[in-house]
Amino acid sequence: MSEKLLEVKNLAVSYHGYAGEVQSVRRVTFDVNKGETLAVVGESGCGKSVTAKSIMHLIKVPPAEIKEGSEILFNGEDVLKFDKKRLSQYRGGEAAIIFQDALAALNPTMTVGNQIIENIRHHSKVSKKEAMAQAVELLRMVGIPQPESRVKQYPHEFSGGMRQRVMIAIAFACNPQLLIADEPTTALDVTIQAQIVDLIKDLQREKGTAVILITHDLGVVANIAHRIVVMYSGKIVERGSNLDIFHHPKHPYTNALLEAVPRLDLVNKQVLTSIEGTPPDLLNPPKGCPFCTRCKYCMEICCTEEPPTEDFGDGHEASCWLYSLEKPAEDAPFTWEDK
Amino acid sequence: MNQDKVILDVQHLKKYFELGRGRVLKAVDDVSFQIHEGETLGLVGESGCGKTTCGRTALGMYKKTDGTVLYNGKDVHALKGAELFAYKKEAQMIFQDPYASLDPRMTVSDIVAEGLDVHNMTHSKKERAERIYDLLNMVGLNKEHANRFIHEFSGGQRQRIGIARALAMEPKFMVLDEPISALDVSIQAQVVNMLIRLQRDMGLTYLFIAHDLSMVKHISDRVGVMYLGNMVEITSSAELYSHPLHPYTQALLSAIPIPDPVIEAEREATRIRLEGEVPSPIDTPPGCKFAGRCKYCTERCRKESPQLKDMGNGHQVACFAVE
Repeated sequence: MSEKLLEVKNLAVSYHGYAGEVQSVRRVTFDVNKGETLAVVGESGCGKSVTAKSIMHLIKVPPAEIKEGSEILFNGEDVLKFDKKRLSQYRGGEAAIIFQDALAALNPTMTVGNQIIENIRHHSKVSKKEAMAQAVELLRMVGIPQPESRVKQYPHEFSGGMRQRVMIAIAFACNPQLLIADEPTTALDVTIQAQIVDLIKDLQREKGTAVILITHDLGVVANIAHRIVVMYSGKIVERGSNLDIFHHPKHPYTNALLEAVPRLDLVNKQVLTSIEGTPPDLLNPPKGCPFCTRCKYCMEICCTEEPPTEDFGDGHEASCWLYSLEKPAEDAPFTWEDK
Repeated sequence: MNQDKVILDVQHLKKYFELGRGRVLKAVDDVSFQIHEGETLGLVGESGCGKTTCGRTALGMYKKTDGTVLYNGKDVHALKGAELFAYKKEAQMIFQDPYASLDPRMTVSDIVAEGLDVHNMTHSKKERAERIYDLLNMVGLNKEHANRFIHEFSGGQRQRIGIARALAMEPKFMVLDEPISALDVSIQAQVVNMLIRLQRDMGLTYLFIAHDLSMVKHISDRVGVMYLGNMVEITSSAELYSHPLHPYTQALLSAIPIPDPVIEAEREATRIRLEGEVPSPIDTPPGCKFAGRCKYCTERCRKESPQLKDMGNGHQVACFAVE
């Protein structure tokens, strides 16, 4: 069993607004081993980005509130209890994050080189000259042509894919143990997306970094993730290995999500199974299973009580009443078949 | 429905944008294609390849620089008066961004009925209201939504309102410009299934513009691939995905991840990796636009631009390497 790098325990984050309390993340627990890639999959508003930001301790309190009992252990230390000094070592040094919109994440008034140096010099005592040399090397490493001249340019002079490479260079400047990639390829074209995914994979293999990949794109996940966590309306509904999730999905939501995406490799015209309705309002989430309003197999108990988490072995778990022994006497209206 | 009847015939269409100081952006450069009645033609390509401009120029929203667009035999860009008015009713457009393409100060019923009012398609208040309810019903919304404002709706619902607005005109031909790319996966399937149902029920013809090749394959009968203002390949959807001929199409298909880890692992070895990025469309060099990134590039590719050639069975491709 490999060593645990990050353990998120019972994380709950709420935002307080005019309309009331939005429960973005509702008691999420997962862990990341050293050097592995964990994918967090879900639709917009399911709380995946809030989870990512919590791990970096980037949640602004208030308006947000991190609930009592939440723990984020990084190498055994609770990130949520870090003081300012420890936090500044942690952020950018031990853990780094890259965002979806690289243009918004980079400073438009600083050259790319200075932004990389900023991170290097913050975490180690090196001269400006040395740092600049490192910055050039980093840009070369992420595949930016002519890094010596590009290092002096501003973010607006780079294309979308190149900006994302710069973000990756900044993230890898201090050889972090954990990289959080929050929708790193969503804004990019598919050929550029393939380049960025390859780059992250190569760097990870080379440096042994653990990666948390946050995305809504199941295709990207299949290519890169070791383990997958599926989130829906602030909760983890299913988790398992890459193969478990894609070939033997147990939760109706995971299954529906897979059937809703057209696949390039199938010859016949598919009928896309749409998931009717919309995700629930997190201002007052449903009492029972969060998916009960849209689930084809919804039973009475689903709407009233929270589903238990069933274990299918090897870390494959799904929170659904369909597998529970305590479920009502009548049988589930369907049987799961392996795909 | 007559599948052989050409509803839209685009020949050598060009759309250049003058940027000042003598610089020209060739957004659409000599593109030809035909759309048959009742079919869906998909138009794919990466951002900046001119697919949206192509759709808009073909519809007559932009003035063309050169070429012809014939809708049922009539030149779209030369239409005037009553004919133009009638054409605008028959050809409709759905936009990508459902947040920007609907007026936030109008109620849903006013948005949907705007065209009805302009074209005097209803004769009484009651008829107008009923028509609005019908249309909302058709796109999966209901009566209660009619008096609300746009900010009260989710992205998927807004896109449905946009579609209802277009359907109100009883169109025959619709240009769908990335209608689903702003939506979540589970909502995308809802909208796509609805579009397919509407096409079947009403005999619509679609020009479906998107960058998501998997979705385009799903919805289209034929697909055209664009690169930097040129059409590089056009063929039936099944043929394109099983036998892509143009090196760019091959690379594009290869770059799309398939949501299955086993297949992905197999594909890993044979994946075609495109180096570099799409070059700037301003003042492009002569020759094939893809030459700079193509591994089959020869001297000839840098000098002459390849024209679309029929390789049999309506499979057209513009590349010297496959001739």
